[in-house]
Amino acid sequence: MWFLYVTGILLLISFFIDRSKTKKALVLAYQRFIFIFPSFLFMLILVSIILFLFPQERIMGYLNYRSNMVQVILAALIGSITAVPGFIAFPLAGILRNSGISYTTIAAFTTTLMMVGTITFPVEATYLGKKVALIRNLISFLIAIIVALLVGIYFGEIFI
Amino acid sequence: MKKQEKKEKKNINRKILLLIILAYFIYVFYSCIFNISSGIKIGSSLLSFLSYMIKILPCAFIIIGLFEVWVPRKKVEKYLGYQGGFQGYFWAIVLAGTMAGGLMIALPVSSALYHKGARLSVIFTFLGAAAVVRIPMTLFEASFLGAEFTAIRWVVSLPLIIISSLFLEKYLVKQQFQIK
Repeated sequence: MWFLYVTGILLLISFFIDRSKTKKALVLAYQRFIFIFPSFLFMLILVSIILFLFPQERIMGYLNYRSNMVQVILAALIGSITAVPGFIAFPLAGILRNSGISYTTIAAFTTTLMMVGTITFPVEATYLGKKVALIRNLISFLIAIIVALLVGIYFGEIFI
Repeated sequence: MKKQEKKEKKNINRKILLLIILAYFIYVFYSCIFNISSGIKIGSSLLSFLSYMIKILPCAFIIIGLFEVWVPRKKVEKYLGYQGGFQGYFWAIVLAGTMAGGLMIALPVSSALYHKGARLSVIFTFLGAAAVVRIPMTLFEASFLGAEFTAIRWVVSLPLIIISSLFLEKYLVKQQFQIK
């Protein structure tokens, strides 16, 4: 809600200082919004389908895999394709932790979830182009894996 | 000639996108009438996301519009451009951390910054950091997984994001890349 107030206050200040500039800002805002809206709607549609295909219980089931290596890789892949909002993902991560799943696996899941956006791809490609959006997500995936491995080393789950 | 071909291809892509969206809505609508649970579930989760985003997005775009009108190009170049040096990355991370909405807001913001003269590596740092350091999300994470977990994640990912952004910039400047 605070977001709305901040916008309102900024808009009012702008309006009192310079009406024509404010009008121009609103026109720009409208154009930018219309530009991205189709990709955006498409993304939300993807999210709603993926959330249906990968409900919380199913994600937990996948992550209960016995072999550690497979578990981490699966976690990274699931984190990359799903788009669970943070307020669901972190409590879920907490539950996973309590049920004995390693920090490495959880890190692989949450970092790819945050950093790799398969679902946000249509929106990203609209701004950056397909190629650069792809490169950026691949780099993010790599960084997420590195983070997961170092988390594992820190918590003593991976020994070098 | 080539430009026209590209335009036609774009039009076809748009039509396919429209068809998919249409098919989706028909399915959800059909499910609501005939009480098919999968369609109802999917439709209601779309509605909840849409209502959340509709609250944030217009505000974000208005702020971006105000930014474009009021903030002079020179200021952006000074702090986030080539003249800014290392502080550009610092500001990119601070901005990313305090911003709401994640990538969906970060992308239009980075487009606005780019057109005001921010350098590419700062923008890619900003985009990367928007996924990693957002304060509300981080607090949530730390409360469920512990502050140590969050600290390692930050310490490891931020330098890697900056380094990879520099490489990406080096590569893309040669390709005459532009953000829309």
